[in-house]
Amino acid sequence: MAFESLTGKLQDIFKKLRGKGKLSEKDVKEAMKEVKIALLEADVNFKVVKEFINNVTEKSLGQEVMESLTPAQHVIKIVNDELTALMGSKESKINFSDKPPTVIMMVGLQGSGKTTTSGKLANYLKSKGKSPVLVACDIYRPAAIKQLQVVGSSINVPVFSMGDKTSPVDIAKTSIDFAKNNNYNVVIIDTAGRLHVDEELMDELKNIKDAVNPDEILLVVDAMTGQDVVNVAESFNEKLDIDGVILTKLDGDTRGGAALSVKAVTHKPIKFIASGEKFTDIEVFHPDRMASRILGMGDVLSLIEKAQAQIDEKKALELQKKILEQQFSFDDFLEQLQGLKNMGPIDQLFSMIPGVNMSKLKGINVSDKDIKRIEAIIQSMTKEERQNPSIINGSRKKRIAAGSGTSIQQVNSLLKQFEQTKKMMKQFTDMGKNMKIGKRKMPFFK
Amino acid sequence: MLNFFKKIKKDNEIIEKEDKKGLYQRLKDGLARTRDNFTAKIDDILSLGRKVDDELFEELEEILILADVGVSTTEKIIDNLKEKAKEQKVKDAEKIKELLAEEIYDIMEAKETSLKITPPTLILIVGVNGVGKTTTIGKLANKFKREGKRVLLVAADTFRAAAIDQLDVWAGRNNCEIIRHEEGSDPASVLFDGIKAAKSRNVDVILCDTAGRLHNKKNLMEELKKIYRVAQREFNEGNIETFLVLDATTGQNAIQQAKIFKEATDVTGIILTKLDGTAKGGIVISIKSELDIPVRFIGVGEGIDDFQEFDSEKFVKALFE
Repeated sequence: MAFESLTGKLQDIFKKLRGKGKLSEKDVKEAMKEVKIALLEADVNFKVVKEFINNVTEKSLGQEVMESLTPAQHVIKIVNDELTALMGSKESKINFSDKPPTVIMMVGLQGSGKTTTSGKLANYLKSKGKSPVLVACDIYRPAAIKQLQVVGSSINVPVFSMGDKTSPVDIAKTSIDFAKNNNYNVVIIDTAGRLHVDEELMDELKNIKDAVNPDEILLVVDAMTGQDVVNVAESFNEKLDIDGVILTKLDGDTRGGAALSVKAVTHKPIKFIASGEKFTDIEVFHPDRMASRILGMGDVLSLIEKAQAQIDEKKALELQKKILEQQFSFDDFLEQLQGLKNMGPIDQLFSMIPGVNMSKLKGINVSDKDIKRIEAIIQSMTKEERQNPSIINGSRKKRIAAGSGTSIQQVNSLLKQFEQTKKMMKQFTDMGKNMKIGKRKMPFFK
Repeated sequence: MLNFFKKIKKDNEIIEKEDKKGLYQRLKDGLARTRDNFTAKIDDILSLGRKVDDELFEELEEILILADVGVSTTEKIIDNLKEKAKEQKVKDAEKIKELLAEEIYDIMEAKETSLKITPPTLILIVGVNGVGKTTTIGKLANKFKREGKRVLLVAADTFRAAAIDQLDVWAGRNNCEIIRHEEGSDPASVLFDGIKAAKSRNVDVILCDTAGRLHNKKNLMEELKKIYRVAQREFNEGNIETFLVLDATTGQNAIQQAKIFKEATDVTGIILTKLDGTAKGGIVISIKSELDIPVRFIGVGEGIDDFQEFDSEKFVKALFE
């Protein structure tokens, strides 16, 4: 998941800082220099970094902080607050028009993921009870229209197209009437990718905007973009006065500095983040949660929401009881695995757990294939073994390995992983409980 | 110059666009924005008869970082620059610019051999999503066709919607053969068939498209390894080149991409695309310095002629002119 290595770096820096009782000005400046490098390596824009560092340093060197008993924690808190401020503090929603259809226009550079993201957004809105229609306005790239049509048919959303001989402005205009006549209440216009310095094509976007008067213009930005993201975002914003940003490809190992920079220069919110190959892999962006994820404080809220979407409440309560009483068995584990598979890529879930430093979790690289293997191993166990794994001895392991087509080593490693998971889940549930009664313990401030 | 950047609307025009300007000129134009941004700032700093002091180096450092060169490579460059300046007792800020160009040139030229495509060659095109792999293949196919080579395209991106059709359009435009299967079929088997067909048809260059994949997706990288294994096994009598396509706007993540793709498929070269925006492409310097992977081609525009063999001398020269 994105941000993990920035998280790791910041955690290391803060650990050093915490090791000190009193902080000197030199200590703070030293730490800030390291924070600066960490942010730059994460592709946060240089100017943004500079301003950020100046703000934090100035506040950190204030009397109140330096004279407090725990100056290090104060500094960390300042970093957290500033980071959250940098990303905006509240999530922002899509503006729906009072008079349907709501028109959403997707713009961006080539290859940022507009077409795929249009599909994901349509799918998301559909799940929220809207009836969207996708409009194919990319008449330049070969087979772009076909791509949108394939996307549309796989999520069961209609695609409006007039081929590649009509001007995008006319296509967009006609699509609005089409939506009105056919009772679609959201129109998502997929435009062609273009460079922000290409005046002619930028004018075309302006013309589309003027013709259909969209309720939302969303700039699609690749999370892996480097320093240049600032120029791109600024140009699109100047020309079109965008309403928000969708950040894509966040499932890479990019450190995602683009997320921080875009908001800082355009003052326009990041509305969605997209990560993953499936059409369900899009979620509303929560800046505060993201800040805490970056700082290694986890994102329990998102994790809980994801779980809620998959697990029904009664079952969850049962499970929680089992975990607390340490009665969690392989049967439950198997059931969880199925649920987990539906929640999204596992490494993403891990990154939401507080205190989990992804860069130190390299060993736990779980792919869907691994899950299948685990399922096979569990299914080769007897009922008794699943309930009470401690009885699994050498000869049982041999049988399980043979039955599942795996090796004894693999069975062993699963048993070990199971114990770890059990512990982790307990930790996690305890934390969830604390949170409910308002005692959220941040591992970060330990 | 603006004219040059205007979007060419019709497909045919892209193909028929004449080779009016020399290669060097076109490269220079394409890099104009890069250069404007980059050297204009350097000129700003160096012009006013400034003293050579720490502040100057700090500002140069900023510029390199803003060009996506990356913290560690930037530090390396600046350290060398400082040393040289001290050795040669440079007092003139103008001379620093020369030394900086030299420094970057040295990195780009280190252990550099020029690219030779001798038939039969299989070129595997790999990269993350959205960097321009399929378009690059279209442009490469055009280049090899013009050189009189027989080209076969292999549509091994069986994942993305309409990727096969997109490649098919390029095959039509360049009038070259294409081997394609159904969407969703095994990409390695498409390549297998492609190699078989290429052998029986005496093809000079096979260009194999692959699906975009993020380098941290283990299963997708395994799939790519399998494709590479098939290439090695079935094409052992020919040359295999693996080109990693990188988007010039990519930041420090590009290093990680290059590292992991190299592990999976022994990447022999980099194709840097979309260098005609304001992106400064400094990441190339980083990749060469840290991983020693040469840049083979660059894309500096939409037209088919805006695709060039990379030449470090011209690159640095155009950057600093």
